[in-house]
Amino acid sequence: MSNLEQVDEKLLSEVSDSLENTFKGAYNIRKNGKGIERKITENINIVTKKDVSGIDIYIQENTNWEFVHIPVIITQSGLKDVVYNDFYVGKNAKVIIIAGCGIHNACNTDAEHNGIHRFFLEEGAYVKYYEKHYGEGEGTGKRILNPVTEVHLKEGATMEMDSIQIKGVDSTQRTTKAVLEANTNFVVTEKIMTHGEQFAKTNFEVELNGENASTHVTSRSVATQQSVQEFQSNVIGNTKCFGHVECDAILKDNGRVIAIPKIIANSVEANLIHEAAIGKIAGEQLIKLMTLGLTEKEAEEQVINGFLK
Amino acid sequence: MLELQDICFTRDNKKILNHIDLRLENNQFIVITGPNGSGKSTLAKVIMGIEKQDSGQVILDGQYISNKSIDERANLGMSFAFQQPVKFKGITVYDLLRISAKKKMNRKEACDILAKVGLCAKEYLDREVNDSLSGGELKRIEIATVALRKAKLTIFDEPEAGIDLWSFQNLIKVFEDMRKEISGTTIIISHQERILNIADKIILMKDGKIKKIGSKEELLPEVLGKKNKPKCCKIGGDMLE
Repeated sequence: MSNLEQVDEKLLSEVSDSLENTFKGAYNIRKNGKGIERKITENINIVTKKDVSGIDIYIQENTNWEFVHIPVIITQSGLKDVVYNDFYVGKNAKVIIIAGCGIHNACNTDAEHNGIHRFFLEEGAYVKYYEKHYGEGEGTGKRILNPVTEVHLKEGATMEMDSIQIKGVDSTQRTTKAVLEANTNFVVTEKIMTHGEQFAKTNFEVELNGENASTHVTSRSVATQQSVQEFQSNVIGNTKCFGHVECDAILKDNGRVIAIPKIIANSVEANLIHEAAIGKIAGEQLIKLMTLGLTEKEAEEQVINGFLK
Repeated sequence: MLELQDICFTRDNKKILNHIDLRLENNQFIVITGPNGSGKSTLAKVIMGIEKQDSGQVILDGQYISNKSIDERANLGMSFAFQQPVKFKGITVYDLLRISAKKKMNRKEACDILAKVGLCAKEYLDREVNDSLSGGELKRIEIATVALRKAKLTIFDEPEAGIDLWSFQNLIKVFEDMRKEISGTTIIISHQERILNIADKIILMKDGKIKKIGSKEELLPEVLGKKNKPKCCKIGGDMLE
């Protein structure tokens, strides 16, 4: 990938976990608001949008477990990048989509990326979607990421979404909305760790509209130092359906977490559960690991790494 | 190898450990028994450094270790199995075994260790050590993490607590096997006759004091006999008064 500088390659590897940034399948790399590299395959087409900045990704029906990578890197301080990416996943297609945004902000003005991703899954389609957010840079300018994910599942479709933000993002407001038809399943796992004065807000809204639609939303977060996190969920059961929301948070130092769960059952057949637990690391966990020879600090790291794994 | 000198521990004006003196030799299988509230578990925790005594000394192989932390004691060759195994979100059985082994461990080695405690390894290695496991499963994993350290001093705090009858019978088998294989000294806090039966030495505690120390031949009749019969003990639970 010849257009990439060293800092770009580091950001790419942070957000994509790819080996030496050689992407399997189709890909589109966006840098500082512009697409810089793209590859399409027989089953996956990527088209630049004409009205707004962004791309449309078309996955043909019956595609069998192919990859799509759409990493975004920002190295230009002061840039506010907004991108609209729409995924159209054909009937019974199975695909793994890896997105992510890495910001390197070396200056004193803010750098911001707002990725609006919409997923339209046809009947029986199956998507595994991984999204990783990362920030770095010695500048005092903030690294801001505000992703929006919209999911539309037609009958029999499944989407698994894993999002992770461990390091370096000063401010994030994440919004995930999903509308589920019959016999669909939407599984979301979100992991966030905040440091310093960082702020992270996440908001899930899932509408279970079709019979036997189900969703599992799991949020695991660690708030350290002075950071603050807010978790909001709103699962609406409109028919015979199942919804489970689990929000676990570990607090360290002066970290704060606000959890606002909401479940709305509009049908007698709706089965909705919410669980939330916030607290510091249990002392007995540290003691157990110390009896295995870890220092208190190592034990703490182990508990947090496991929790966010 | 382990010596306790005049250990005292008082909480809420109750003398939980009242001037305990004890000396244990190498390579022995020792069971500490006695009624509830006699100070057995507190003594075990003081030895490991989980509780800090008010006065007295803990000496391991001639080294005074009272001021050493839990991990320092672990690295000196001590190991501790909890009465209530600790649960973790996100840490798998395989993770915990690897942490315990303190070295690289492949899946085959981890499987062999789990097999020794009677668990079908393939089903368990990647499971999280959380509420999805039963009390018996957690207990066996706890024992596996402790036994694989091959410590010179291993302490089990009431291994029979919180498990069902079926698991208990299997657990006894695990201890019998361990009795044959394990090197170093093992201390088990227990009320169970079948565990007492495999002891080299039994220590009977009462009211924060060591009442008697002796071989199982000497002490079992007293511990189990009519005079001081430890009443009835429900499996996995406390002594019934």
